[in-house]
Amino acid sequence: MLPLLVLSPYLLIPAAFWLGGRSVRVAGLLALWPAALTLYFGLMLRSVAVSGPIEASLSWAASIGIDLSFYADGLSLLFAVVVAGIGALIVLYGSRYFGSQPGAGRFQATLFAFMGSMLGLVLADNLFLLFIFWELTGFTSFLLIGFEHERPEARASAVQALVVTGLGGLGLLAAAVLIEQSTGAAALSSLLGLGLNLANGEFYPAIVVLLLLAAFTKSAQTPFHFWLPNAMTAPTPVSAYLHSATMVKAGIYLVARATPFAGATPLWTGLITGVGAITMIVGAWRAVAETDLKRMLAYSTVSALGLMMMLLGVGTEKAVMAALVYLFAHACYKGALFLVAGTLEHETGTRDITGLGGLRHAMPAAALAAALAACSMAGLPLFLGFLGKELLYESLLAWPATLLIGAIAASALLGTAGLIAGVSPFVGPPRGGAPEHRVPAGLTVPALVLAFLGLFAGIVPGSVELPAGLASGGILRRPVDASLSMWHGFTPVLGLSMATLALVALLYAYRDSLRRRIWPRSLGSERLYTATERGLDALSAWAAPRLQSASLRSYLLVLVTTAGVLIFATLVFEGLPGWPAVMDIQPHEACAAILIVAGAISAVRAKSSISAVLSLGVSGYGVALTYLFFGAPDLAMTQFSVETLTAVIFVLVFYHFRDFGSLSPWTDRLRGATVSVLFGGSIAVVLLFVGANLTPFRLANYFAEMGLPMAHGRNIVNVILVDFRALDTMGEITVLATAAFGVRALMHISRKERKNG
Amino acid sequence: MTTTTSLILRTGARVLMPLLLLFGVFLLLRGHNAPGGGFAGGLVVAAAYILHFFAFGLDAARRALLTRPERLIGSGLLLAVGSGILPALFGRPFLTSLWFDPARGIGTPMLFDLGVFLVVIGVVLIMTFTLAEE
Repeated sequence: MLPLLVLSPYLLIPAAFWLGGRSVRVAGLLALWPAALTLYFGLMLRSVAVSGPIEASLSWAASIGIDLSFYADGLSLLFAVVVAGIGALIVLYGSRYFGSQPGAGRFQATLFAFMGSMLGLVLADNLFLLFIFWELTGFTSFLLIGFEHERPEARASAVQALVVTGLGGLGLLAAAVLIEQSTGAAALSSLLGLGLNLANGEFYPAIVVLLLLAAFTKSAQTPFHFWLPNAMTAPTPVSAYLHSATMVKAGIYLVARATPFAGATPLWTGLITGVGAITMIVGAWRAVAETDLKRMLAYSTVSALGLMMMLLGVGTEKAVMAALVYLFAHACYKGALFLVAGTLEHETGTRDITGLGGLRHAMPAAALAAALAACSMAGLPLFLGFLGKELLYESLLAWPATLLIGAIAASALLGTAGLIAGVSPFVGPPRGGAPEHRVPAGLTVPALVLAFLGLFAGIVPGSVELPAGLASGGILRRPVDASLSMWHGFTPVLGLSMATLALVALLYAYRDSLRRRIWPRSLGSERLYTATERGLDALSAWAAPRLQSASLRSYLLVLVTTAGVLIFATLVFEGLPGWPAVMDIQPHEACAAILIVAGAISAVRAKSSISAVLSLGVSGYGVALTYLFFGAPDLAMTQFSVETLTAVIFVLVFYHFRDFGSLSPWTDRLRGATVSVLFGGSIAVVLLFVGANLTPFRLANYFAEMGLPMAHGRNIVNVILVDFRALDTMGEITVLATAAFGVRALMHISRKERKNG
Repeated sequence: MTTTTSLILRTGARVLMPLLLLFGVFLLLRGHNAPGGGFAGGLVVAAAYILHFFAFGLDAARRALLTRPERLIGSGLLLAVGSGILPALFGRPFLTSLWFDPARGIGTPMLFDLGVFLVVIGVVLIMTFTLAEE
């Protein structure tokens, strides 16, 4: 049941593709399935709380020990609920956002592909299965970032995101291999269940570095954070879903998942806390410097991801609780803000923050959603964001003051960014073209749902206690006191919260001068990426012409010489074989031999290309005759056809290059002759050797004996081609097809060049 | 390449074309038990169209094919891959042959061979037609 449900979004891909562009109303109905999944995972969370983690598996690639095995505990179900729940809202929103535009079906289909992959990622039991889903999320993210593939910057961003997160994906694969090598287990359930700790095992530092490379690239941690703001070329529903609520949290999930068996060492704690803290500051800093609404939200997401990462690094009970509450709060408010940003762009045509204002009358519902989300982001009391921040400060009290000060600064900047994104477009004098019609409900309801969820969970903190408590328990491997409450009395933490709010108000009031004064604006990690990219390009531009001369004759020369030298060397070292004892040559066989030799001589001496080709054809027919004489009618038939068709194609080619008559200088011809004679001679000697030492061929006998009983065919050649060695044949026909399209493309290009020049 | 070809060629082509096509299909069908197979059959069918092209010109040959060679390649590859995936639905490894009627040679290897047949026709004809265009 569980595996099928996890993979069910994949089954909806065709339906989503078909319905997507047809009718907004019907496409919106697709949201019902992820909504049902949310409910299911929610109920499962309850049963997991009582009876412990659930495991289920479906046989898949059993021969390499990878099954579709899934493991559902508090942590994975918390993520699954977020993925399915926000997924439902995004599908609803997306159906309205795209309407019946041409790309709508493609969008919905890719969205469902992502949803299935993300659910698989957070519920996978086997590390290799997790890796596969991890890559699939990266790949669907690539497709969605480059959704408007006619725009060069969308393509560039898509490739950048794929390269950066793909690098991390390789890290994850390597880490999985090392973990399996050192523990013998690749299933999370057994790694967690055995209570293993890798810290005492082999490869521990390498495992940590590789795992964290994966987590840091996926969750856009400094210095890999630059891909996330660039990913904002994706349609806004995608930014809300993949690039704020779910996919970018995969790194957080991975770190949380691995903490029980890889954590609790200075290396682990130090790296995660340090990188997380830096990311938190960098993201918040850059967020308030942006004027593009989506890039601003993206940087604030970077900051929030850093914050969660840091809290997981701190790793105390309070800190882990804080990270999970923050995760939930962030998914709600950031999702809502993104959806509102999308609505703003959809309705006014701009998302430049300096060009938007006073839109509260034109779009009151969106304004309400944005305001609520901004309040949660700023950490106003009653909102879930406030709870998250209180927990954050509380968990950092015992740590060095720099972390606490950093967290306060980042929170203040984040709150400011939240107000700029969620409040400033709707207040003040009207700016930006206000829409004339009512904003459709499909565009506002999902944002309102998310925004109110942030308020509801803040007022009724019990609603997040169970999932967050269960998940924290899953990370720390012990029951966690998960009671949350708004009011703790007058504590230092409350003072810090209030101070942060005052700071937010101050920064928001001076937001324009703050934006101008932000310095430095960039850390240069993206420039480093671009420089690396350019360097690689330059390297291949240097190497390619040296390795690929584009002259078929020189390739052939290299190949034939290499093979000839290898064969020749073997013959010399192994000793020359004896002459075959019996040379019983029949007259008709001699005729075929004469035909082959005559054809070859005539080809060499030919004055025109056409006669050379025809002479080679004669040689080929001679070879075909030999096949026929020695009991290979299949080969003979094929050889006859191939020779004929080759001659035809050559004639057509020479028809194009009629002035292709001049011969190469004699030195070239001498070189060619030497190589040919040596190579042909070596092959002849090898054949004589084989003929003289006829050992029984085990393989040939096997095929001859097994052809009928196993493959129900009497023609061994064909049975080998389509059955025993079908994979080879598949490769060969693929190569043939590729070559054919290559010919087509080459001719097309040269024709175009001739037309232009 | 003009259509002013000899009467003998045109008459011969008209008679040979159906025979060659039949022969190609015959080779494909008998291939499992006797000399022949998708590869040889495909080459013969391709040769039939090339003969047609020599006799009646490129456009006539393209029309006679009824579809574009690119489509033949695509559907051939899909058939071959599909015949490999089919057993996976029955829990067998990729490309394991499934037989519905082994005596008559009806099973996934036949589908696979049909795929090879189509790809070979498509490949030869793409090359020939592309080179002959001017």
